[in-house]
Amino acid sequence: MSGVVLATVSGLVAQTSGGSNPSGCAIGKAGDSVSGLCRAANSLHISVAYSAILPVLILSIGGLVLLAVSAVLPKRIYPGLYPVLSTVVGGVSLVASVWQWYNVPGHGQGMVEIGGQIFFDHFAVLFAILVSVAVILSSIASDSYLRREGLDGVEAYVLILMSGTGAVLMAESASLISLFLGLEIMSIALYVMAAYHRRRAESGEAGLKYFLLGSFSSAIFLYGIALVYGATGSTELVLIANHLATNVLSNGGVLLAGMALLIVGLGFKVAAVPFHLWTPDVYQGSPTPFTGYMAAVAKAAGFAGLLRVLDQGLLTQQTDWRPVIWVITVLTLVIGSVLAIASRDLKRMLAYSSVSQAGYVLVGVQAATGTGKSAALFYLFTYTFIVIGSFAVVDAIQGQGESRSTIWAVRGLSRRQPLLAAAMLVLLLAQAGVPFTSGFLGKFYVIQAAVGQGQYYLAVIAMLTAAVAAFFYLRVALLMYSSGVPAVAATTPPAPEPSGSTGDLPYGDAGEPTDVGVPAERVGAASAMTTTGLAAGAVPSEGGLATPARAGGASALDVEAEEDVFAAGLAPVPGLDPETADRASALDAAAGDPPYVSSTNAMVIFISVAFTIAAGVSSFAVDFAKAATTLF
Amino acid sequence: MLAALLADSSGQALAHASAWAVFAVGAAMILTGALGVVLLRNPVHCALMLVITLFGIALEFIDQSADFLAAVQIIVYAGAVVILFLFVIMFLGVDRKEAISAEPTRFQRPLAVLLGVVALVEILALSRIDHWSAGTPSQSGALSGPGSNVQKLGQAIYTGYLLPFEMTAALLVIAVVAAVVLSRRHQPSASEMSELDQEELLSARRFTPPDQGDQS
Repeated sequence: MSGVVLATVSGLVAQTSGGSNPSGCAIGKAGDSVSGLCRAANSLHISVAYSAILPVLILSIGGLVLLAVSAVLPKRIYPGLYPVLSTVVGGVSLVASVWQWYNVPGHGQGMVEIGGQIFFDHFAVLFAILVSVAVILSSIASDSYLRREGLDGVEAYVLILMSGTGAVLMAESASLISLFLGLEIMSIALYVMAAYHRRRAESGEAGLKYFLLGSFSSAIFLYGIALVYGATGSTELVLIANHLATNVLSNGGVLLAGMALLIVGLGFKVAAVPFHLWTPDVYQGSPTPFTGYMAAVAKAAGFAGLLRVLDQGLLTQQTDWRPVIWVITVLTLVIGSVLAIASRDLKRMLAYSSVSQAGYVLVGVQAATGTGKSAALFYLFTYTFIVIGSFAVVDAIQGQGESRSTIWAVRGLSRRQPLLAAAMLVLLLAQAGVPFTSGFLGKFYVIQAAVGQGQYYLAVIAMLTAAVAAFFYLRVALLMYSSGVPAVAATTPPAPEPSGSTGDLPYGDAGEPTDVGVPAERVGAASAMTTTGLAAGAVPSEGGLATPARAGGASALDVEAEEDVFAAGLAPVPGLDPETADRASALDAAAGDPPYVSSTNAMVIFISVAFTIAAGVSSFAVDFAKAATTLF
Repeated sequence: MLAALLADSSGQALAHASAWAVFAVGAAMILTGALGVVLLRNPVHCALMLVITLFGIALEFIDQSADFLAAVQIIVYAGAVVILFLFVIMFLGVDRKEAISAEPTRFQRPLAVLLGVVALVEILALSRIDHWSAGTPSQSGALSGPGSNVQKLGQAIYTGYLLPFEMTAALLVIAVVAAVVLSRRHQPSASEMSELDQEELLSARRFTPPDQGDQS
């Protein structure tokens, strides 16, 4: 198939090579009348600037090469070959994107290439770098998961590469047609990845949900394209901007409707509230490394599309779309954070967390300035590392069959796997936006962009929700560093408790935690607190949350005691999840083997953490961010 | 109307009359086919009647000088979609009679009638509004001129829309891979199957009939 593609393209190039006219034309700002003359409408010649689509070519042809290799080689001789090949393809794409970065045409302003379909500018190249990095990290991270679950094969890596192709195409697109194609290529590959774990019902459910809802959103997006085309007479973003800058619409209804539908379609992809309902189920059900990839790439590409459409095509209409984005931003920030607090599953919590992170990127988008745009880009770039690393840690914690997936599984992780716990701590702190991590800088720049536009309310809301979000990140961090293991599982038989307050809860058998080097009175306090918390929580009333919170706040004599109460009081909220399953898995986690971190996973986690810290403390990231804030 | 056309004896009127005749034939085909799909009992006959409807629509496209759409109509719908229908019908069994009188859900038929009436009213209302575009007056070019609209479409696909056209190939690749991934039954991969297991599986296959061995 690629042979046909290449033959066609090269044939056309051979046809046109005699012309030797410079390819592409300068990207105009909105209202630049020159840009309208970019493409002669009836020209039979087109020059294909391969340099503009290098990452797309490399990723898609790499996927085909992987398929061809798997067809030629005997089955299952080199089980580790495909991840290596996929990583190499991602690496080549990364090198090509970096080369592109230094060779952006038009004196760094960018050009429109290939018949007005592709932008070749720093914005596109930055996303190509981001997607290449995500492809590399996810290829490495998927290996151990797929082998452990008996799913290894070439298909997963082909899908990763293909969806990466679509994501880069979205970021590069200069017309709504290529934007839609990129969206579909990326999404359809992601639907299959979500359903990849054939033996887990949740995975199939996730795939089906994502597919159905995603298809609806794609159709809505396509309808939006049709309406915008009807209102402006073009699908090319430059021409749309040009038309809107030079004409006054007598009746803007069609354009407004089209704009709204475009925002809905892309808002679904970036999981912005109120289009976020698929996120928790899909993130929870998908295979864990793929969830990380999905969270990084689909979000980034969705935002790339959103920025292209709003900031480049419809910039003149910003008085129309900025209030809409403002509302969506506030909803996303608030609802994402609040729902994350209520979730008890690690992947579900990270899913809601990714919803709330999308809110911060939207703060940058909403500013509708170069500063806001580049702040959003910086946020997305750093979030890629954070989220892929986080899901790699979750993968290590979950173990075979994703069996340990509740937040109780991290209890006492610092004792069993101190390095893993430390890595997770860094990634959680980065998502919470603690200084000296890349997450802090990201939040700082988007809020700065909002303030620069005089959006003080939005800035305040963003900061407040960051404080709310810190709660659930720190809850996991506290659980990891709590000495909950003996209190939960040191008891070999769940002996009948003399106090009787805990009833039949095996979890409550705090008994006598002996093997910790904690002073006796502290232990006593801790166990007493635990019992209190559980007693309160076991009553299926509103006291489940209130009592231990008060107890924890009042005591404050020991961190460990607080943690135990904190955790115990939160566990038995009735109706949120099957409690017994939670406790059972908590016991498993505490009593079972320490999480097995494969070397490939360790590599991904190390890279993510290293980048997150380096981008937070060293000067290069700040310089990079400063450069980014001035580039666009 | 026919009388008026016949009264005017110029060549233009003859062209109009022939166009009208083509329209009438096409409309008759569409209606006959549609009624056949709804009324016939045998599902294979229904599918074949659908082909007549689709050919009628293709005829109307030609009548409107939309040659490319007519070709696509026949190739894609009559050629691929109906064949797919037939495949499904054959797989499920041709002779199976559907109990049409039993409604799967209540109010389905009144709702269908209501929605049909609403759609008809909408179409009639839209046809009364002759111009509702908000932006540019018109993007349509002349139908006549050098080259038919098929040629123009081909030129557009291979020049301005070259890249989107080629990138749809990626979608086909993904579809193939997805079909393989989602439809394949689970086989233990090499990494989770020890050599002992493999030998057991082989011996099991050797001594059991294939249909029973498949169950495990």
